[in-house]
Amino acid sequence: MSANLQEAIGPVCESFGHDRTRLLDILLAVQQRLGGIDDRAIDAVAAELAIPRVDVAGVVSFYTFLAPKTRGQLVIRLCNDLPDLMMGAEEVAAGLEAELGIRFGETTPDGRFTLEWASCIGMSDQAPAALFGDVVVPRLTPGTARRLVAELRQQPPGADLHRLLVRAYGDGANAHDLVRAAVENNLRQAGEVIFAQAEPDAGLSKALAMSPAEVIREVKTARLRGRGGAGFPTGMKWEFVRAADGPQRYLICNADEGEPGTFKDRVILTERPDLLFEGMTIAGYAIGAEHGILYLRGEYAYLRAYLEHVLARRREKGLLGKSVLGKPGFNFDIRIQMGAGAYICGEETALISSCEGLRGDPKNRPPFPAQRGYLGHPTSVNNVETLCCVPRIIQRGSGWFASIGSRRSTGTKCLSISGDCTRRGVYELPLGTTLRDVLARCGGEDAVAVQVGGPSGRLVGPEAFDREICFDDLATGGSLVVFGPGRDPLWVASQYMAFFIHESCGYCTPCRVGNVLLKERVDRILAGRGEPEDLDYLRALATTVKTASRCGLGQTSPNPVLSVLDNFRPACEARLKEPFEGRQTGFDIAAKLAEAQRLTGRKSVHFDA
Amino acid sequence: MNTEAITFTIDGKKIEARRGDTILEAADRAGVYIPRLCWMKELLPAGVCRVCTVRVNGRPQAACTQPAAAGMVVENDTEELRQLRRDLIDMLFVEGNHFCMFCERSGNCELQALAYRFGITAPKYPFLFPRRSVDASHPDVLADGNRCIRCGRCVRASRALDGKSVFGFTGRGPQKRLAFNGPNLAATDVAAPDHAIAACPTGTLIVKRVGYKVPIGRRLYDHSPIGSEIEPPAPEK
Repeated sequence: MSANLQEAIGPVCESFGHDRTRLLDILLAVQQRLGGIDDRAIDAVAAELAIPRVDVAGVVSFYTFLAPKTRGQLVIRLCNDLPDLMMGAEEVAAGLEAELGIRFGETTPDGRFTLEWASCIGMSDQAPAALFGDVVVPRLTPGTARRLVAELRQQPPGADLHRLLVRAYGDGANAHDLVRAAVENNLRQAGEVIFAQAEPDAGLSKALAMSPAEVIREVKTARLRGRGGAGFPTGMKWEFVRAADGPQRYLICNADEGEPGTFKDRVILTERPDLLFEGMTIAGYAIGAEHGILYLRGEYAYLRAYLEHVLARRREKGLLGKSVLGKPGFNFDIRIQMGAGAYICGEETALISSCEGLRGDPKNRPPFPAQRGYLGHPTSVNNVETLCCVPRIIQRGSGWFASIGSRRSTGTKCLSISGDCTRRGVYELPLGTTLRDVLARCGGEDAVAVQVGGPSGRLVGPEAFDREICFDDLATGGSLVVFGPGRDPLWVASQYMAFFIHESCGYCTPCRVGNVLLKERVDRILAGRGEPEDLDYLRALATTVKTASRCGLGQTSPNPVLSVLDNFRPACEARLKEPFEGRQTGFDIAAKLAEAQRLTGRKSVHFDA
Repeated sequence: MNTEAITFTIDGKKIEARRGDTILEAADRAGVYIPRLCWMKELLPAGVCRVCTVRVNGRPQAACTQPAAAGMVVENDTEELRQLRRDLIDMLFVEGNHFCMFCERSGNCELQALAYRFGITAPKYPFLFPRRSVDASHPDVLADGNRCIRCGRCVRASRALDGKSVFGFTGRGPQKRLAFNGPNLAATDVAAPDHAIAACPTGTLIVKRVGYKVPIGRRLYDHSPIGSEIEPPAPEK
């Protein structure tokens, strides 16, 4: 067995040149071959790469798509993001559990199926959705989920399950031979920049006729700001990287969109891959990089073969490789780095750690990636949508781009809209559009609250609906979740805190512990056991977590709680109770009795709970 | 190496630093104590515990990783930051299972000493009572996961000072755990004299059979608070 293991693992390590920095790829490939990564596989990889086994175990246990123990042959990951829960994910889960006779987190005794919950898989507009292995199965109902699993059970081991899982292909490139996905684009509104019809690679041709400094100046004049959410000026970032010392520079495209409720990058990757790669190539030219990396989130693995195919076609056409489009001295190529189920890897320094084959911990700053990033080289990390704006800016001019949107927020923004509205999907709208306008377009006029910018953004009520979607007002990386009448803002906050607890890397104290404490108190209020002083407690705790956390995750993770305190205070106050005769109402005697009875193994003589 | 001197202020006091110093290093040399847990003199700073959080020109930064720069205005001993540090220390207590009264490290423990310095008698957050493991497999070293604060000092010390890789971390978020380079501690090449063992600020890593060699009452922090090794002695009255 051990010899077999070495036989399986040796060639995988060899194919990556025994390069320790490719550990994530190696582990994904090993898992593909063995069906899981157990302790012996960890030992074998460590021995093969001559690195400490604890480092391999550390990486395996960090990423949810890598299994520290062998799971079932087919892992079913049902998305538990809010839009999915609102559309009935829990009922689907109950159906799956009943059909398979196991609970979530368990594997069937025959070793064929494992049920797991997944954080947002980027299908909020067609929820509830699940990943069956790599295959996306959207728009589930309890009935279809049960039927599907029953049919899968009938299949002999090793059968091709794809045909069963995907009955009909989605629109556009979802039906491409290399994608064959049931996913729908739901592109409701194409704007002038990303989804407009454009002459392929006209921007690249034009850029290569300019000097890199001129390209950067054009992007600066367009006032392009990062579309990932932070809004840092793209041209300035490129200037820093170009000016940094080093024999090599890297361009990384962040396609790890994991902000719950975001899926617009998925549609861009499906329908505009050439525009993205064109933008990456121009960026590489501008900063002086020869290597580009597309960091693709593990949830979008079903797009990988298609994207590789687009890259291969571009190489054939001379759009990648040596002397791009015949430009002497400009060599540029792109590799795809798969992620493996870790939201934190959307943070740019964590993303770099992940590309280097490490745990997806963010890095300390300084140094900034522009000075010392991937493998210590100056690196620019840019969002998918940002890079897609670049060819259009170069082709049509910075003046054209700056004329779209508002003065400080130029261009369009792709919005992923889900939740309680009738037309869920992707909308490319000029920045500066009001929330009310957006709600009218998507059929969400009766919203009582909207989560703008994912859980790390803010939850706003109707009094904010006249505000604008832009960098300086309601900033968003693209996620808008609509909540209709009857939805409970405190429940929203609790769910989002569960997400952050699950996705915190655990490196620094405030984020690792503080998010758990925030959720504990929110849940206590939800259960009707909150006291008036809990609101001050929550605010103080949230402030500590925001102030002391090391990276953007912990600096924004208390936002759902703060949003509720700021914008939905009556909903909280209505649930609070004054302490009764000096006794804390927060104390849950029933829960404590149950715990004591579990520990002692007998019923209480005095209390009948 | 550029050793050009720069100056900045901490709480209004003028501090001299060399270019390349972190705020914490410069403060130490000037006799200004910035509380810290995950920092150790011989190791690269990691910014894990965040107890050394200061405000630099108004922005929160970890003093252990933030380079000193000329003219920066640093706030350290302010009510806001004292409260922030109390909160972080509280979090570390409720996150683990810390029973000082029967911990061998009591009196030598940096976490306990910081709590005393900040006047914490009981945490204000609810205890999380996590399930953590104890590894007593090794003949000379005990690892009690209940007391681990994830500072990573043993991880860094083992690699940088001992030339080994005995420790690491597995899991993430609240499930992040101290792990060993083998199925258990006995299967690693750890040894009692390792710097990694001495690096532990709490009672997580303990050398066996030397417990209570220094009696309670004569331990490191029994008579003067943590930080007094850096601060100038208070003027006698």
